[in-house]
Amino acid sequence: MTSHIYKNKKLIIFFLAPAFLFILVFLYYPFIKNIFNSFQEISGLGSASKGWADPWYSNYTMLLKDTNMWVAFRNTLIMLVVTVFGQVGIALLLALLTDRITYGAKFFRIVYFFPIVISATALGLLFNLIFLYDKGMINQIREIFGAAALVDFKSKGIALFTMMAPVMWQYVGFYFIILVTGLNNISSDLYEAAAIDGATSYQQVKFISLPLLRNVTCTCIVLAVTGALKVFDLPWTMFPKGLPNGETWLTGTYMYYQVFNVNDVDYSSAIGVVIVILGVLLSKLVNTIFKEKEF
Amino acid sequence: MKAIAINKQKKVSLGQSIILLLLSIWALTTIYPIIWVVLNSFKDRRFILSNSFALPLGEIFTLDNYRLAFERVDILNAYKNSLLISTSVAAVVILLAGLAAYVLARYEFRLKKLLYNLVIAGMMFPVFSTIIPVFQMQYSWGIVNTSNLFLSLLSTALPQIAGNLSFAIVVLMGYIKSIPIELEESAYIEGCNIFQIFFKVIVPLTKPSFATVAIFSFLWSYNDLFTQMFFLRTKTQWAITFLLNQLTSQEGTNYGLMAAAVTLVVIPILIVYIFLQKYIIKGMISGAIKG
Repeated sequence: MTSHIYKNKKLIIFFLAPAFLFILVFLYYPFIKNIFNSFQEISGLGSASKGWADPWYSNYTMLLKDTNMWVAFRNTLIMLVVTVFGQVGIALLLALLTDRITYGAKFFRIVYFFPIVISATALGLLFNLIFLYDKGMINQIREIFGAAALVDFKSKGIALFTMMAPVMWQYVGFYFIILVTGLNNISSDLYEAAAIDGATSYQQVKFISLPLLRNVTCTCIVLAVTGALKVFDLPWTMFPKGLPNGETWLTGTYMYYQVFNVNDVDYSSAIGVVIVILGVLLSKLVNTIFKEKEF
Repeated sequence: MKAIAINKQKKVSLGQSIILLLLSIWALTTIYPIIWVVLNSFKDRRFILSNSFALPLGEIFTLDNYRLAFERVDILNAYKNSLLISTSVAAVVILLAGLAAYVLARYEFRLKKLLYNLVIAGMMFPVFSTIIPVFQMQYSWGIVNTSNLFLSLLSTALPQIAGNLSFAIVVLMGYIKSIPIELEESAYIEGCNIFQIFFKVIVPLTKPSFATVAIFSFLWSYNDLFTQMFFLRTKTQWAITFLLNQLTSQEGTNYGLMAAAVTLVVIPILIVYIFLQKYIIKGMISGAIKG
């Protein structure tokens, strides 16, 4: 396959070395070092390790006993359900609708993608203003419709909703674009043939669009699962340090808190390792549930 | 047959308006909050709290929030830092990824499979699992926790470059593979060496893909709060995302200033997005799908 001009391989090292040096030094080495760190005792970010932890797995037993960590696990799993059903679900609905209109599709593609381009931190500030207790946008709207009491969207019980709604909202457009692209790849002949046979729009969606979109939807679900584990910026801006009362911890925000607020470097390394394990297990799980089908 | 067709068209147009209505409702949720925050950035705090839906006209209108943003918060300095970090990230990423992708796409050699797998696996590492050792390493090099502005910005940019390289290599490889090899062969016959082939043939032909990758890396770096929080320490070093985050804790109740700061960060990005949306959407999607 290789062209004759690419037989001489003496110089390729100059092309490969810079990129792979970066990848090895800033990804692979830290990744392995992090696993080591999680079994060590380290008193601060800038200080050297004091040796192995006693017992060497102590950070992991501590992790299992840490109630905040379990809150973080629970919230991360809730976040995962929200991203899978909320983001991909709404996106699928919007994509199927867009597929049915004759003009305006481009406008919706551009507009739905807005929030993804904006930094999650800016969105966090924006939603702080929208959900403000006394009185942000939502409470003002409620007042217009005659609600008497203000709702504190950051109080216990409702805080998780206030944190997850913007995260969900932000990425709908992302999956929307993927799904719309998938729908565009379905040949219009199929719909025409179905229409001639008398299939209604609903039947066309059910028997043509959805089955042919299956693999694309699976891709979206895998992305939503891995994405849910990476969420950090927006929750940290809206609910720093697990406020209120450590109710809103996510694995990522709790890890950051342990580094900078508790200064427990080895423990947060262990959390980092657990995030990786969680990610691998969950994507394996999703992949087996939604095994790709060939058509 | 004709009757059926007409009947169907009528039905469609009614259905169409309902569909358009539904789609517009979601569009409203993505557009209106931004318009709302821009309008409120021109109002005093008490007007935001009493009636945030009024237009900032007449005596409600004020530029105080912006004055504060530029004077007390020094948002321009944060912009400058952000641009420095993110432009260098984008530039280094496309250069290094371009070189590596070219060789991986065109050559056959023993370690190729291994290197390719290294790249693919490199996309899976969550930043949470690498950031502490990266900090320790850069600390030992003396480039973090210093008052030197340049070194601090560098310490933020380096891990971001590494984080974007894998994605960039995969995207560029895919594109370079689709370029017909004959052009490179004729350049070779003309006497070009592989460096000349890369810079004179590959780079110009791969431009659209380079643009996609550069824009994605830039945006990703510009928006990435986590890395900035680790490496930027003093106020003069803050980049824009970190500054916003600090604002919430320090000026949490100055809602007018918040609205102005959000506007100042969001509007330039949205303008760029509207002009380059084709590349941006493509970049964001290819970045994720290939992973």
